[in-house]
Amino acid sequence: MSYISKPKISHPRLPKNELGLTARDYEGGMSTLCAGCGHDSITGAIVQAVFELSIPPHGLAKLSGIGCSSKTPAYFASESHGFNSVHGRMPSVATGANAVNGQLKYIGVSGDGDTLSIGVGQFIHAVRRNVNMLYIIENNGVYGLTKGQFSASADIGSKAKKGEENLQPPIDACLSALTLGGTFIARSFSGDRDQLVPILKAGLIHNGFALVDIISPCVTFNDHEGSTKSYEFTRQHYHPVIHADFVPPSEEIKAKYEEGEAMPVKLHDGTQIVLRKVGKGYDPTDRGAIFHYLDEHQKAGEIVTGLLYVDEAPPDLHAVNNLSSTPLASLSNDQLCPGNAALQKLQARFR
Amino acid sequence: MSAKPTVNEFMVRLANVNGTGSASANALLMKALFRMGLPVSGKNYFPSNIQGLPTWYEIRASGSGRLGRTRRVDIMVAMNAETYRKDLADTASGGYLIYDSTWPRNTLLSRDDITILGVPLSKMCNENFPTARARILMKNVAYVGVIAALLDLELDVIKRLLNETFRDKVSLLDANQLAIDLGYNYARDNFTCPLPFTAKRLDKTTNHIVMDGNTASALGCLYAGATFGAWYPITPSTSIMDAFKRFCEQYRKDPASGESNYCIVQAEDELAAIGMVLGASWNGARAFTPTSGPGISLMSEFLGYGYFAEIPAVLFDVQRVGPSTGMPTRTQQGDIMSCAYASHGDTRHVLLFPANPEECFYQAVQAFDLAERLQTPVIVLSDLDIGMNDWMTAELKWDDSYQPDRGKVLDADQLKKLESFHRYLDTDGDGIAHRTLPGTHPKGAYFTRGSGHNMFGKYTESASEYLQVVDRLRRKWETAKTYVPGPVVDYSEKNRIGILSLGSCDGAIQEARSGLAAKGESFNYLRVRAFPFNDDVQKFLDAHDRIYVVEQNRDAQLKSLLLLEMDVESKKLSSILHYNGLPMVAENVVDGLQQDIAKGRAA
Repeated sequence: MSYISKPKISHPRLPKNELGLTARDYEGGMSTLCAGCGHDSITGAIVQAVFELSIPPHGLAKLSGIGCSSKTPAYFASESHGFNSVHGRMPSVATGANAVNGQLKYIGVSGDGDTLSIGVGQFIHAVRRNVNMLYIIENNGVYGLTKGQFSASADIGSKAKKGEENLQPPIDACLSALTLGGTFIARSFSGDRDQLVPILKAGLIHNGFALVDIISPCVTFNDHEGSTKSYEFTRQHYHPVIHADFVPPSEEIKAKYEEGEAMPVKLHDGTQIVLRKVGKGYDPTDRGAIFHYLDEHQKAGEIVTGLLYVDEAPPDLHAVNNLSSTPLASLSNDQLCPGNAALQKLQARFR
Repeated sequence: MSAKPTVNEFMVRLANVNGTGSASANALLMKALFRMGLPVSGKNYFPSNIQGLPTWYEIRASGSGRLGRTRRVDIMVAMNAETYRKDLADTASGGYLIYDSTWPRNTLLSRDDITILGVPLSKMCNENFPTARARILMKNVAYVGVIAALLDLELDVIKRLLNETFRDKVSLLDANQLAIDLGYNYARDNFTCPLPFTAKRLDKTTNHIVMDGNTASALGCLYAGATFGAWYPITPSTSIMDAFKRFCEQYRKDPASGESNYCIVQAEDELAAIGMVLGASWNGARAFTPTSGPGISLMSEFLGYGYFAEIPAVLFDVQRVGPSTGMPTRTQQGDIMSCAYASHGDTRHVLLFPANPEECFYQAVQAFDLAERLQTPVIVLSDLDIGMNDWMTAELKWDDSYQPDRGKVLDADQLKKLESFHRYLDTDGDGIAHRTLPGTHPKGAYFTRGSGHNMFGKYTESASEYLQVVDRLRRKWETAKTYVPGPVVDYSEKNRIGILSLGSCDGAIQEARSGLAAKGESFNYLRVRAFPFNDDVQKFLDAHDRIYVVEQNRDAQLKSLLLLEMDVESKKLSSILHYNGLPMVAENVVDGLQQDIAKGRAA
C-alpha cells in the first residue's frame, strides 16, 4: 500500500459544509490503484458523503482488511484514524472498536475476497450483531493483488482474463445479509455516483450494520469481454429498483412523489430517506419478497441495485448489550474499580 | 496395619461420577478443614464430558503447609463402581477406603494392608429423601458426614457452612443437615472414630482465602478497569469469563441508569476474539481475551499484528495438555514457546507466569499496565491446575491509590501543541513511541497497519525505514525488561546448585526443597515470573555451576527459551520434566534431582 501525499489545492470558492470544511479536507493520500479502478470512484463518493454529512474528521474511524479495496482508507479522510487489519478480519476489529466507543462513525472497506472468502465468518457475525457501521464491499469478482484469480463473488460462466470459466456459484453478499437479519442492505455501482452517495450517507446514519455491496470493476484483471463484473456488462445489465433520496432533518421533502411509489423512512437522527421505486413490482419492506426478486432477476443476468432493504428498528450491538452511553473507553478508574473495601467484602465467600 | 496417629497431614481422594453433584459436597469438606485453620488444597480430575464418566477430587490437608499435589491417598472415598478396582489399588498402605455398602462389592477385590469401611449410603438416603435427585445428591453430603466423624472434624463448622450456603433455601438446608447427621452417626456407631488420621484446629488459614486462579484473574480484570472482553469458550479458560461476567453484573452496572459499564462478546472463534480485543484496545479501552493453547494457535496472526502495529492487548492462556486438542481437562506448561514467539516473522511477546491465584490477581492487573505501557500484547500463562483448582491463597488486597498506567497516550491539548504527530517516532529513546486514540483530535490521526511502515506511520518498502522500525521494537523489548516483574529468588552463597522454574511447579519444588533440606541437601531456587527475563535471571544463571530447570512439558521449553535468550552454556542446564497432564508432585523434583546427582553430573 504505497503512500504518496496528495498536494492540497483548494479553490477559495469551494463549497463548505457545516464545519466550514471543504470536500478537499476529507481527502487522503494519492491512490496507487490502477488508472480507472472502480475503487477510486467509490473513494470519491465516500469523500462526498462524509463531507456532505459534516462529520468531523476525527469523529470518523476507517477500517479495512487486505486487498486492493482495503488499501483505499489511505486515500480518504487523512485526519481520521485508520486501521488496516489482517485479511478478512476487519469486522472483528470494528466490533471491538465500536463496542467501546459508539460516538464515532465507522466505515469498513472490504473486498469480495476479503468479505466473502477468507472473512465470510466474521462478515456474517458482524451482520448478525448489527454492529453500527457502514460496511462497503468493493466487489470486482477477482483477486487483483495476486493477479486475477476468481473470487467467491464471481458469477457462473464469467470468464477470467485468460479465458478460464468460473463454474462455481457466487456468494451474494446482499442475499446473505437478507437471511442473516441485515438491517440495511444496498447494492450499487462505482460508476453511478448519483445513486451511491445518498446510499452511503444513509448507511452512515443508519443505526446498525449498513451493507453496501458495490460493483467496482477491476480494469486490469476483470474488465474484458466475458466478464460479468466489467464496466460494459454492468452498464448493460444494470437494473436500479430503488433510489434513495436523502433528506437531512433540517430540510423538508420538496420533491413530489407519486403515492405508492415513494416511501419515506426516518433514520434515528431525524434524517429522512425517501425510497423511490424505479423498478416495477419491487417491495422494499418485504424481506422474503426481496430475496425472491433479487434471486430471480440476478439469475436472469440483471444487476439489481438501490437501497434494497432498510429497517431502523432492530437494536444494534450497543442496545443489545445495554452499554453505557458514555463510551466504555472513556470511563474513569473511579467508575470501574470497586476499591479495597469491596474486595475485602466479596472475599467473604472465599473464606 | 499402621496405627501411628497422624494429625493434620492427610489426603482424601473422592472418586465420583461426573454430573452427580459431588462437587459441592467435596467443596464443603474442603471448606470445613479450611475453617478449622488447616491449610488445604483441592484438585479436581475431571473428564471432558458432561455426565457419566469418572471424576476424582483430592483434598490435601497439611498443617505444615505442603499444598502441592501428593500421590499418597490416605483416605479413599470410592463412590464409583466403575473405578473401584483402581481406587482400591491407589489407596496408600495403611490407608482407609470408604465405599457404599448398599450393594455388595466384588469380594475378589480386597487388600490386607488397608482398612475398608462400608457405609450403606444409598440405603440411608433412599430411606430418608423423597426424590431421586435428592437421593443422588445427598449421598455425597452423607459421605462428608462419615469423613467428619472419622477425622474428628468440628461438626459446628460444617453446620455453619451449610447455614451460609442455604441461607435462603430452608428445605435444602434441612436435607443437607440430615445427610450430614446420617453419615456422621453411622460412622460413630459402626467404626472406631476417629481414625489415626485426624484434623485438629490450627490457626494457619487466617488472612487466607480459597480461590481458583481463573476467578482471581477475572477479579484482576475487574480491578484493572477492563471494560471489554471477547472470547470463544474453551476449557480450561472458560471460567475466567464466567467469573468476570458475575463480577461485572455486581460491580459494573450503573446504579442510576442500569446501563453496563462493560461489554462481553462471545465471538464466533478465537480469530474474532483477538480481533475484537485489538479493536477495543486501539480505541482506548482495556480489553482482554481468555483462551487456551488451541486458541493461541488461532490468534497467532493477529498477535503478530498487535506486536508490529503496537496495540495493547491482554490474553490469558490457561494451558491444557497439547499437542492439538490434546487432553483438554489436564494440565501442562506446553505453550511457553508458542506464546513467546507467536506469529510469523520476528515476533516476540511479553509473558507473565503466575504460580497461584494470588499472583493471577496481581499479574492480571500488571498485564494491563504492561500492555498499555509497552503498547503490545501481553499473555498471562496460567494453567489448568492454577486456573481451575482450589488453592489456599493469601487474601487479596487492593491499593486504593492505584492509577492504571495508560502509557504514552497523547490527549487533545498535547496534540494541539504539536506541530505534527508521528506515530512511531521514538522521542524518548526507550523504544516506546506515543500513540493517540481515535476521536481525540484531527492532528492525532494515523493509519494503523500490519504492512511495512516507517517511523512516521506511513507505508514503506524501504529497507532502511523498515530496519528503523524493527530495530526500535527490539529496543522496546530491552525496555520491557525493566518493567516486567522480576523473578522470586531464594539464594544462599552456600549452595552451588540451583533450581529454576515457573508457574505451578512451585508447590512441588517448595515441598521437595524442604524435604531435601531436612536431609542436608540444599538448593537455591529462582522462579521466573515474566518473559523477557531480566538481569536477576542472568545473575542466577551466572552464580551456579549447575541449574535444574523444572517445567511441565516434554520438550524443555523454558530451558530452550533460556538458552535462546540468555548467556548460558547448555551443559550447565539440566531438565526435570513432568508432562503427563497431572499436576507435579514433590517426588518428580526429588527423583529428578537425585537421579542426576547419582549419575555424578551435579558438581
